[in-house]
Amino acid sequence: MANLEIQHLSKLFGEVKAVDDVNILTTEGEFLVLLGPSGCGKTTLLRMIAGIEAPTSGDIIINGQAVTHLPPRVRNIAMVFQSYALYPHMTVFKNIAFPLRTRGVDRAKIRQKVEWASGMFGIGHLLDRKPRELSGGERQRVALARAIVREPSVFLLDEPLSNLDAILRASAREELRQFQKRLGVTTVYVTHDQVEAMGLGDRIVVMSQGKVRQAGTPSEIYQWPADTFVATFVGSPPMNLIEQGDVLLGFRPETFLPAGFIRDSPEVVTYPFQVTWIEYLGAERLVYGDIGEKCCARHVVSRLPGNISLTIEAGQTYPFTVLKQDIRYFDRSSGLLTDKGRI
Amino acid sequence: MRGETSITGSGIRDRADLLARFMIAPAVLYITAMIGFPFIFAILYSLSDATTGDPSLHLIGFGNFRAVLADPVFRISLKNTFIFAFVSQTLVILLSRILATALMAEFRGKWIIRFLVMLPWTAPISLGTIGWLWMFDSIFSPIDWIFRYTGLLGTPGALLGPMQNLYWLGEPALAMISVITVHIWRLLPLATVIQLAGLSSIPRDLLEAAEVDGARAWRRTLEITIPLTLPIISIAFLFGLVFTFTDMTVVYVLTRGGPIHMTQVLSTWTFFKGIEGGDLAQGAAVSLFMFPVLAGIAALVLRLARRSEVV
Amino acid sequence: MTGARTVVRRGGLYSILSIFAIFSTFPFYWMVIATFKRDHDLFSPTNNPFLFNEPPTMDHLRLLIFETHFLTYLLNTFLVGMAVVAITLAVAVPAAYSLARWARGWGEMFGIGIFLTYLVPPTILFIPLSRFASVLGLQESLWSLILIYPTFTIPFCTWLLMGFFKTIPRDIEEQAMIDGLSRLGAMVKVVLPLAVSGILTIIVFAFTLSMHEFIYALTFISVSAHKTVSIGVPTELVRGDVFQWGPLMAGALLASIPVAVVYTFFLDRFIAGFTMGAVK
Repeated sequence: MANLEIQHLSKLFGEVKAVDDVNILTTEGEFLVLLGPSGCGKTTLLRMIAGIEAPTSGDIIINGQAVTHLPPRVRNIAMVFQSYALYPHMTVFKNIAFPLRTRGVDRAKIRQKVEWASGMFGIGHLLDRKPRELSGGERQRVALARAIVREPSVFLLDEPLSNLDAILRASAREELRQFQKRLGVTTVYVTHDQVEAMGLGDRIVVMSQGKVRQAGTPSEIYQWPADTFVATFVGSPPMNLIEQGDVLLGFRPETFLPAGFIRDSPEVVTYPFQVTWIEYLGAERLVYGDIGEKCCARHVVSRLPGNISLTIEAGQTYPFTVLKQDIRYFDRSSGLLTDKGRI
Repeated sequence: MRGETSITGSGIRDRADLLARFMIAPAVLYITAMIGFPFIFAILYSLSDATTGDPSLHLIGFGNFRAVLADPVFRISLKNTFIFAFVSQTLVILLSRILATALMAEFRGKWIIRFLVMLPWTAPISLGTIGWLWMFDSIFSPIDWIFRYTGLLGTPGALLGPMQNLYWLGEPALAMISVITVHIWRLLPLATVIQLAGLSSIPRDLLEAAEVDGARAWRRTLEITIPLTLPIISIAFLFGLVFTFTDMTVVYVLTRGGPIHMTQVLSTWTFFKGIEGGDLAQGAAVSLFMFPVLAGIAALVLRLARRSEVV
Repeated sequence: MTGARTVVRRGGLYSILSIFAIFSTFPFYWMVIATFKRDHDLFSPTNNPFLFNEPPTMDHLRLLIFETHFLTYLLNTFLVGMAVVAITLAVAVPAAYSLARWARGWGEMFGIGIFLTYLVPPTILFIPLSRFASVLGLQESLWSLILIYPTFTIPFCTWLLMGFFKTIPRDIEEQAMIDGLSRLGAMVKVVLPLAVSGILTIIVFAFTLSMHEFIYALTFISVSAHKTVSIGVPTELVRGDVFQWGPLMAGALLASIPVAVVYTFFLDRFIAGFTMGAVK
């Protein structure tokens, strides 16, 4: 049975469509990521699921019950804000206990649950501290502990890792994912960071300007982007796009390699690649340059694994190839994935 | 994107829009009843012939205003109200700027200096003014004593004259100076506090960059500090204007409007005519003359409040 | 900067500060002296007024406390102050919250509107209000003051509190709603405790404002036993044309200093709220 269902959900602020006819169906225990640039509507969508923002039209159904117009407190959801929103005047214990106190749970039970939740995140030793005495990472764990203490049906997270130092972020990501698997709660996670999205999500919903561009597994989104927006938003550096007639050809930088590294076959397209700039990043080299005639040269990037020690110099032109099966075709006017124009 | 949150919830406790209206209603109702309503009545009284003997609202048109304008005491009060307000506040702005600048420095005993400097504002107006009553007393004034002691007063060739006392509250010109002095004394703390806030809000970076660019202290003050604090200085000036313009307490306690009405202001004249004298209609008419100036000041404050997104 | 220049600068700074401090404190210094000076010493123009030429006396204080209504004035002032604070809190806290959180467009207008009420001063309103008071039978009653004083405490306190409420992040309230409180519950149980500093500030401010008030008190109350200290001291300690300086100064002193101390304590908070509203 699906846990969270969003049907034709829209939100208008005046004339602006912040969320435009979004439809999502989750499976139980799924880690769903809402990915998109700022202003794409992902946070507004999350807030509507939480109940702190009222939709203009559409429905939200949690565990089979329509909650669209119900206040947050009856929806059995939990949310972690980007700022963590810890109650500054309460101790960690009281913070975590708060959702239980508001529901009238008795004190013994509260203590037991708080200890369980704080144990999950290794913050049992911090229960008597106040939020201002904690580090960023510790505060985040308190927020998470508070969120799970009630064992909600749906768990909502609004960019919870963006306030952490870069070093912490990777390990926090791993912990988050493991704990979610252990608990098995349906989770909706909002982020603008596509690396985070790819790393965490069972499925990713890519949004732009209020609309869902594509929903799929990380692999589906990466390998078969539904349109040029998804193609260029996911993946860093973004997918190379070159014009050919009324179609755009797309291929990922790591599929664009010097001739000779891909076995020569009719399944390959070769381009003379005039290199303009090389970035040495240790694990890989990013080679920037142009392909095509001088008049209509297109700027593309190649991603060379570090263990290829071929000498590449700026100003030179080298033959680079890409496998035909790695090329994607997008309609020039609509940007959508298409079958036209196959080479 | 965050906007106005309005949820239709399961009860009134959840409905933001209804709650908002309920929460603001008492304030709106109270203000309308206790300020809006009486204000309208003040206007009505000014157009009537009401007195405390016969307080019925019997409209007679603008007769009261004509009578009031013809009254020489009214003209004196109108003049004084402006003079006291503008002279005192101009001096207050200059003095408070100096004091605020001094208070920006670090020094020992700052808290006690602050306490002392704030006293005129933090003490009740009437009580502080009583202190000045003694200072300006016609016989016992300590100020006069100092002048006599230093030879500026009391001897035949003295700078300020051969008499034993300056009649601070008895001589028209001196009485006006006395009132202005008390206004300055009382409002200096408030203006200083406001100026301090303005001065501390200038980012140090700006002044340091100017110093690196070679600007001397006076230039930094003239071209950076003053322009950036101008909005807040203006607000301090306008607030002070409103307080002195509408003040009745200082004049009442100090001079009762004397000698012979020479220090009357619109507020005290309204009181004497309307409350003590019982002529509600003329009293109201006199008081309404304050309103246009106040409305003008209101418009200015609003414009400034909008524009002061400087720092 | 050479040592000599620093000394000159410091010297300049201290002299400026001293001049201002003396100017501000002079009348209070006076009150202290006059409170304890014997009449004979006080009223001789040749005696140095700054010193005690005769030993100090407690007579004026005794007269003030035991032979005048001074203590009653203090009590009246206190009662009125407390009542006004209660009314102000009850009205201003919800209004400020509502304006700070919920009303985007008309909220700003209301905020300004509330502020504009200061431009209709007591000296325009007291004539009609004196009629209202006598019609309601409140003439000579402290209740007339309790009813009127909130007109000048509510607007400013609402404005101050708005600034305070705006500093509390919305996230926390939304989190509280998700954690199980209703909107109203979130305001009462989570936001208010965090705004305690602002609420304390307006309590002090409303109390001192009502303590300072002179015009309405003078208009509505003439019976000595009902007077507040602000009008009681200047009007009752004068017998005919003769000022009883000693007790008068004592009264002024006793009623000013404690309030001034408390007010100064809260001044920083008050300034913060004020500039939050004024400059931003």
